[in-house]
Amino acid sequence: MTTSTAPYADLTGPTLARRIMTAPTAGPLAALVLACAFFSLATDQFLSGGNFSLIIQQVMVVGTLAIGQTLIILTAGIDLSCGAVMAFGSIMIAKMAAEGTVPPLVAIALGLAVCAGFGLVNGLLVKLIPLPPFIVTLGMLNVAFALTHIYSKEQTVADLPSQLTFLGNTFPLGGTDVTYGSLVALALFAVFAHLLSSTSWGRHVYALGNSSEAARLNGVRIGRLTIGLYALAGVVYGIAALLLVSRTGVGDPQAGQTDNLDSITAVVLGGTSLFGGRGSVLGSLIGALIVGVFRNGLQLMGVASIYQTLITGVLVILAVTVDQISRKRTR
Amino acid sequence: MSTQTPTPVLQARGLVKRYGHVTAIDGADFDLLPGEVLAVIGDNGAGKSSLIKALTGAVTPDEGEIRLNGEVIRFNGPQDARCHGIETVYQDLAVAASMDIASNMFLGRELRRPGPLGSVLRMLDKKRMREEAAEHMADLKIGLRSLTQPVETLSGGQRQAVAVARAVAWARSVVVMDEPTAALGVKESGQVLDLIRRVRDKGLPVVLISHNMPHVFEIADRIHVHRMGRRAALIKPGDYSMSEVVAIMTGALTVDEDGGGTVVADAEAAKAAGIGTN
Repeated sequence: MTTSTAPYADLTGPTLARRIMTAPTAGPLAALVLACAFFSLATDQFLSGGNFSLIIQQVMVVGTLAIGQTLIILTAGIDLSCGAVMAFGSIMIAKMAAEGTVPPLVAIALGLAVCAGFGLVNGLLVKLIPLPPFIVTLGMLNVAFALTHIYSKEQTVADLPSQLTFLGNTFPLGGTDVTYGSLVALALFAVFAHLLSSTSWGRHVYALGNSSEAARLNGVRIGRLTIGLYALAGVVYGIAALLLVSRTGVGDPQAGQTDNLDSITAVVLGGTSLFGGRGSVLGSLIGALIVGVFRNGLQLMGVASIYQTLITGVLVILAVTVDQISRKRTR
Repeated sequence: MSTQTPTPVLQARGLVKRYGHVTAIDGADFDLLPGEVLAVIGDNGAGKSSLIKALTGAVTPDEGEIRLNGEVIRFNGPQDARCHGIETVYQDLAVAASMDIASNMFLGRELRRPGPLGSVLRMLDKKRMREEAAEHMADLKIGLRSLTQPVETLSGGQRQAVAVARAVAWARSVVVMDEPTAALGVKESGQVLDLIRRVRDKGLPVVLISHNMPHVFEIADRIHVHRMGRRAALIKPGDYSMSEVVAIMTGALTVDEDGGGTVVADAEAAKAAGIGTN
């Protein structure tokens, strides 16, 4: 603190250099580009529009889950139930629509509402009791998992009406077939990137993750905000459920069992801190793409699936290490 | 008190707050005059923070009345007190560490862009918030090299300055500062005291809660000594020595009703405090 009143060099916003240096997504983006460059050189098939479209299709479900997961992790919480909630949503949408209980669009709306309900219950338990998010969502994981199997009677639901699989259809884009679902997922990322970076709501989410007490003292209604975030994450999981159904063409009670951990992997690889208050959904998109690119590239190189998992695990530990070290530096 | 004193900005009479059998505020009075720095001192457990919480809306008193600019008022939570122009700088500063200065300054009161970008897309006017933040900082002569660095990269004194600037930016009536120098070194404390003076010189009265007697004597226009849940004395720092004020705080001395002098209440304690019992 000095008494000079020199004009601020950055009154018009952060300088480009600062933006690049401080962007939490800079590291993950560099990793993604490097991975793409590596696999482009290592295999002939990697660098093609068709292959990229495939990667996006492969990551769009986990990527969408990662949007909801990012919201929760930004508040220093964690959501272990996202995959199971999505599985319940997907089986519900598929079963109701296939059996003709309700029209397909109503089935979709009900599925989204039920997923939102799971999120809402999570949020209420986390905020009102209050309970640690880890425990609440661990319990909800089991509840949703069991309900999925009870409701479906362990049966896969097939013969879905076309409205449910529409998002799995493709359209040509510059000689590459792209699914509508991929567009929905990317649009969802854009919407949440906007909400988090450019609205009061987004500022309040970051403030809550930084220090819920500071947010409260500055007039942020943290109870409402937290509960709303969990419910909103539920809606996002519902959209992921729809994407899952449209991609696989069936309602599968076994789906999504490791997707909760995969979504956390994407969020962490994308530079979002598990301690809350730092990160972005674009980072999570990059994180999901990193996993997708590695799996796809290693597949093309003929590396067995179990080694892909091994490498993903190492990547996560590396990412958290980098996060921790960089946090220490800024302190 | 004489009748010529101006209307207090913030006044309380006979505040009582009980928690079960514990009486945290026991008929406390409070007077803050326009444009003054009023230090509130008291031993640990004297009920300073309960009093301040009642005055800033964090606690609703069971009895007594609070007046703001002469009008009786009841605060419905801290947010309500803020709406009435009473801002508090909390001891832990209540800043969001990873967010920049402008974001912190406007936290909870963000500005939206004009037109549909603001009303439909709810977009923030980041540029205007930065500009206004810069104005507020310049207003208090707080020089920082950058507005876009996260608050966590600032020193303790700089963070304090940001928290003070935020409070001053929004306060219309009163700024309350809770131990603003407690965590700071000598040089930074001096800078914060300068900052408090500049706030006062802008015409905003400041309530300064502090344990640091030299700081209180350096900056306060009047000192409210709190003891056992109520105001034990309201004095001018020039009229009493530091050790006398400490003695009042601990109950060794009491102040005359006329405010003219002190009466020894506890001769042994007064002697221990180094005050002659003439």
